[in-house]
Amino acid sequence: MTSRGLVWKNLFRKKLRTFLTLFAIFVAFLLYGVLMAFQATQEAPTQGPLARRLVVTNKINFTQPLPISYVDKIRALPEVKRASHMSWFGGYYREPQNFLIAFAVDEESFLDVYSEFELPPEQRAAFLKDRQGIVIGKRIADSYGFKVGDHIPLRSNLFFKKDGGDTYEFNVSGIIVSPENLQGEDQVAFHYAYFNEARAFGQDSIGQVIVETNDPAQNDAVAQKIDAMFVNSANETETRSEAVFQAAFAEQAGNIGLIITFVVGAAFVTILLIAGNTMMLAVRERTGEIGVLKTIGFTAQRIFAMVLSESMLFALIGGLLGLAAAAGASAYLGTAGPGFIAGMKVTPGIALSGLGLMLLLGLVTGAVPAWNAMRTDIITAFARK
Amino acid sequence: MSEELVKLSGVQKAYRRGKQSVPIFETLDMSIEKGAFLAIMGPSGSGKTTLLNLLGGVDRPTGGSITFQGQRVDNLSESRLAAFRAGHVGFIFQFYNLMPMLTAAQNVELPLLLTSQGSKARKERAATALQIVGLSDRAAHKPSELSGGQQQRVAIARAIVSDPELILADEPTGDLDRETANEILSMLQELNANYGKTIVMVTHDAEAARYARKTLHLDKGHFVEKDLVA
Repeated sequence: MTSRGLVWKNLFRKKLRTFLTLFAIFVAFLLYGVLMAFQATQEAPTQGPLARRLVVTNKINFTQPLPISYVDKIRALPEVKRASHMSWFGGYYREPQNFLIAFAVDEESFLDVYSEFELPPEQRAAFLKDRQGIVIGKRIADSYGFKVGDHIPLRSNLFFKKDGGDTYEFNVSGIIVSPENLQGEDQVAFHYAYFNEARAFGQDSIGQVIVETNDPAQNDAVAQKIDAMFVNSANETETRSEAVFQAAFAEQAGNIGLIITFVVGAAFVTILLIAGNTMMLAVRERTGEIGVLKTIGFTAQRIFAMVLSESMLFALIGGLLGLAAAAGASAYLGTAGPGFIAGMKVTPGIALSGLGLMLLLGLVTGAVPAWNAMRTDIITAFARK
Repeated sequence: MSEELVKLSGVQKAYRRGKQSVPIFETLDMSIEKGAFLAIMGPSGSGKTTLLNLLGGVDRPTGGSITFQGQRVDNLSESRLAAFRAGHVGFIFQFYNLMPMLTAAQNVELPLLLTSQGSKARKERAATALQIVGLSDRAAHKPSELSGGQQQRVAIARAIVSDPELILADEPTGDLDRETANEILSMLQELNANYGKTIVMVTHDAEAARYARKTLHLDKGHFVEKDLVA
């Protein structure tokens, strides 16, 4: 038996209560780990293809269109190496719940600009050749069982066709694999010309221009130059890195950071109350035993340390298990989940800040009971027993 | 000439109850010699337990002084007083006060956690103490698995494990039947006679007091007998 052993024995003396408190702490840190890992994926990356490219959208809002003529004007800039365009289709497969990230694209330049998308040469050639060709991200193809050569109907909830229908027919030309940018595996792309000709309205307008510059280090200057070209026009532009654009896209659902802060904060306040109450109760129940320990020579400081250690252990056991589960869940979601959370993981930074929160939780929930235990004199302890 | 172990000189003790001060001892003088087995009797509220608390350094007098082996202990700091209790005094309570989540051996080992002894030495000493009280075969049992008499014997083993000079027992048989009480009292007698432990026992039970070498009667904060050298 050691002093640590004594703390451990105290911790598990009421197993059900201990388990329930640990479970509450576990859930709080599971939530914390997963949400923080998710938030990290929504932050704009500073490296990789998304950081290298620029996206030009309508300054009012990225849902507003731009004239297709802008693409050539941008291509004409000497700093621009390549440019392509994409238009949001609002697509789904058969039923609205089978939502798809689908774009009408300028097919050849699209594949050039998104050079990280891997497509076998014969599939690329088939796609370029077939006006109704469509390339499908691997994860979507796997999910719906689409294969090269399939004939698939996609419906749009935005663009009705001239004939009044909303179904566009496509031939699967290729399957995109893109380990470097998993979003490529979660979207479909087809010929803008086919879409533009078939849709009932919005002809010759596009959603956004994707720009690859000669020198990514000069992207800020190029972005300013592009926006300056269209200032005071009917369609002013806003140009930012693709990474920043994606982060802004995710913010459509609300301020993710703020939501996460509120959720984690609410969880922690709740856990704080539960764990704090449990510790207060546990120490109050043991007032007589604390009196005995003091009688046989345990100092007030030692009692304080024991009670505080107990609450620290509570927080650390529950918290570490929760964080470990969060790491597992995040790693799974990062590989098997949708593309916008690709690479999701509990980083060392998240783990470290989680550890800090555990220590804080242990300190806050343990300090008052430990202080009370330390201050209780032996006579009072026996009188309360 | 007998050696003096504890001395109370002009000890005063009063408790505060709201704004009022309630005196327990106005002037108490007492001397306990080493090797004594003293029973203290008296009606409820006479100050028996308060006296025991003062002797054991659990409580402090409001006036006067207490010396243990010639050293004042009433003015020690909290931590030094705790060290004094750990090193020199063993306590036995009416309701045993064992830790329910620990085994008998672990309960006995508890005071040794405050010493510098290693784990093996602590275990050996705890085993010896349990052997003295005849409970070696119950070492791995938790208090809930022991009878009242067995629990009190574990408490006695805990009280003697650090080899204190003074053992203070507060109604040690108050929760036991006559037969078991006699066993416990015989054990205290044996600790006094064979191991030289000085024992001060508070009791309501005249039968129990007969096991002591001397009995003092306390009433309203005063000894009613004149011979106060135990």
